[in-house]
Amino acid sequence: MSRWFPQAVRGARSSWWVSAAVTVVSLSVALALSGGRSKAYTAYSLAVHKTKAIPAFARKYGLPCSACHTAWPELNAFGQAFRDRGYQLGNDRDSPIWQNPSYIPVTFRITPNWHREGATKQRLDAVPGVAGPPFVSGTVTQSGFDLSGMDLWTAGTIYKDISFVLLPSSDNTGAFHFESAFVRFDNLGHNRWLNLKAGKFELDNLVSEKRFLFLSGQGGIYQAYHFLPGGDMNDFGMGDNQLGAELSGHSENSYTRYGVAVLSSTDGAVNLPANQGYDTYFTVSQAIDAGKLGVERVGAYGYFGRRPTYFQTDSGVPIPGTGTGNKPFYRIGVAGDFFFGDFELLPLYMHASDDKYLATSTPANATLPAGAQNAVWNASFLEAHYYVSPQLVFTGRFETVRMSQQAVSGTPGDLGNVDAYSGGVRWYPIMFSRAGLSWHTEVSAVRTRGAAFPTGDVWTSSVFTGLDFDF
Amino acid sequence: MRLHARGVALVSSLGVLLAAGGTTVGSAQESHIDGVTGHAAAGKKVYRRYCILCHGPDGDGTGENAMWIDPKPRDFTLAVFKCRSTPTGTLPTDEDLLNAMSRGFVTTNMPPWLPLSRQNRADVVAYIKTFSPKWKTRTAGTPIAIPPEPALTIESILHGRELFQKMECWKCHGAKGHGDGPSAATLTDNKDLPIRPYDFSSGSRFKCGVTNRDLYKIFMTGLDGTPMPSFADDIKPAEGWDLVHFLRTLQPLSTPELATWNAWLATHAQELKPIGPPGSGQ
Repeated sequence: MSRWFPQAVRGARSSWWVSAAVTVVSLSVALALSGGRSKAYTAYSLAVHKTKAIPAFARKYGLPCSACHTAWPELNAFGQAFRDRGYQLGNDRDSPIWQNPSYIPVTFRITPNWHREGATKQRLDAVPGVAGPPFVSGTVTQSGFDLSGMDLWTAGTIYKDISFVLLPSSDNTGAFHFESAFVRFDNLGHNRWLNLKAGKFELDNLVSEKRFLFLSGQGGIYQAYHFLPGGDMNDFGMGDNQLGAELSGHSENSYTRYGVAVLSSTDGAVNLPANQGYDTYFTVSQAIDAGKLGVERVGAYGYFGRRPTYFQTDSGVPIPGTGTGNKPFYRIGVAGDFFFGDFELLPLYMHASDDKYLATSTPANATLPAGAQNAVWNASFLEAHYYVSPQLVFTGRFETVRMSQQAVSGTPGDLGNVDAYSGGVRWYPIMFSRAGLSWHTEVSAVRTRGAAFPTGDVWTSSVFTGLDFDF
Repeated sequence: MRLHARGVALVSSLGVLLAAGGTTVGSAQESHIDGVTGHAAAGKKVYRRYCILCHGPDGDGTGENAMWIDPKPRDFTLAVFKCRSTPTGTLPTDEDLLNAMSRGFVTTNMPPWLPLSRQNRADVVAYIKTFSPKWKTRTAGTPIAIPPEPALTIESILHGRELFQKMECWKCHGAKGHGDGPSAATLTDNKDLPIRPYDFSSGSRFKCGVTNRDLYKIFMTGLDGTPMPSFADDIKPAEGWDLVHFLRTLQPLSTPELATWNAWLATHAQELKPIGPPGSGQ
């Protein structure tokens, strides 16, 4: 999936709660008016179903969306197994020859929404329109109706044990890029422990950021997956799709899983913009059948990469793809996915380090600043979901990032530390095996230590409500 | 207008009460599988999440997607099940239902639900049993006794082949087991829907399992609700293994049965009588 709201947008200046109220009333009326359908249509849609991330699969197999998703788009154990088998159910009906020739495995996802973004203690010109100094500290807020980016998913089987994903994705202006594009070969040598895919894909994170239940500007990313200390030149994000090849395997029920990937060190960017080095990623996880509690999973992961610190130049201008002076970084940690009936907890811990050259944005052929040292930090989050029904889920998340060693000694130890809070609700009022609609509402706030003007902490916040539909 | 509203409220309340009553009755149903007790109330939630689109809210196989699916989803209200360890005409055991759910049905839309917890699956078994009153008035059949599999011999395979001819298996499954026998096109199930006989050349899995024991059970219990009968009264238990050994030679697999068969066939092919109607030359 695309990054839905990478930045706040200019919006209407009308009071946000008036807009929210209008939205709520309008949606309620729309839902009420749409209730006059046939008995079967209404009973099914309102009582049971939910959407899935790729309704194209639901259309192919005739399974309910909730078969693969705890709440769309998060995968459950069955959905994970389906994905691990290369988008195959394993009932000898996976080959495309079983499909109606007119079937095209395409799905669209976009979220018309209203949102409000705020940031405290921002540096502002004392007189608007007159460049400072002097500056003053103030709060900036923006709000209004908006669009998310759009995903144009297509995925399926090319042949038995050969599958593909192609995901052109746009930002909210309609500028497209390829978020995912890969071919996958499964059961190599008739062995489920040997599956290979190549292309651009999401890292096999136990807690997926691409399939999570948060959409707001501040809550729509995992801080742990994207945090970088101030002044760091590294571009890596665990939540970013990467280019490379992955070897993976799984047990029959996918309770045991592993993955090893070799990835271009470009953070998923095409055209070899940085250099031609390679990163590696591994992940392993084990699930257990905990009876009435559900299926519980724990896992570990590690990403080891390098990034260039300077480029060959032409008239002083860096030549793309000639990056050199590579310096290392890593991310390691553990994660879990625990069910207690209808309650789900997703904890994650990460230990991270960037080499001192990366952390201080110093070319490897230059002299380091005095006191330079590797930047080291720890990040964690705890996310909770409560599934009232397959059509209604409440979500909450607390995240924290703590610097344990700043890139330059003497820097305040808590500079850049992050605390983030998110909470929301997703209601799936109209859902079928072939399409779905979720009314998503979310509030989130992030505190960043020492980032305020002139000093202190910055609070950024988002309020979001939108209609997340998938067809 | 107000009266109308009150009437709607009254009817709605009655509906809720009736629904609650129905839920209570259904909730009493349990399944018992290897120390795991499944509960219908819990199974209902799981069923609504995973099963309802095909099998329908009433378990009658008329879910939203049923019209697109071939073969059609099982109608649980009839309490007729193909894959059982119990004699034909009897209810399956809870474990039979759980195994079917876990295994899925090859060449149908029913996937293997093995990733679900065993408790979840046991709960669904309990809930499935609420769809038919048969589960309240009858008990599951007693699993058939399966004798130990004898050593594989060419004599066993040849005798199995004779049984394949004598029991007229070829009429549906075809002389080579490709599911193209002379009766194949006319077969229907217990809901008068067209049904195809199994094609042994299609792979390694049968609808009711993958092992020799599973295959043995299929023709000794029959697939209830289909034209596939039980042969328990027609062949001796030991002969069942001969039929298993022969049927394995029809599959495109590297099985000991096929190796034994091919070795014998290399020098004795001319001794074989054709399978099929007399004089067919098949």
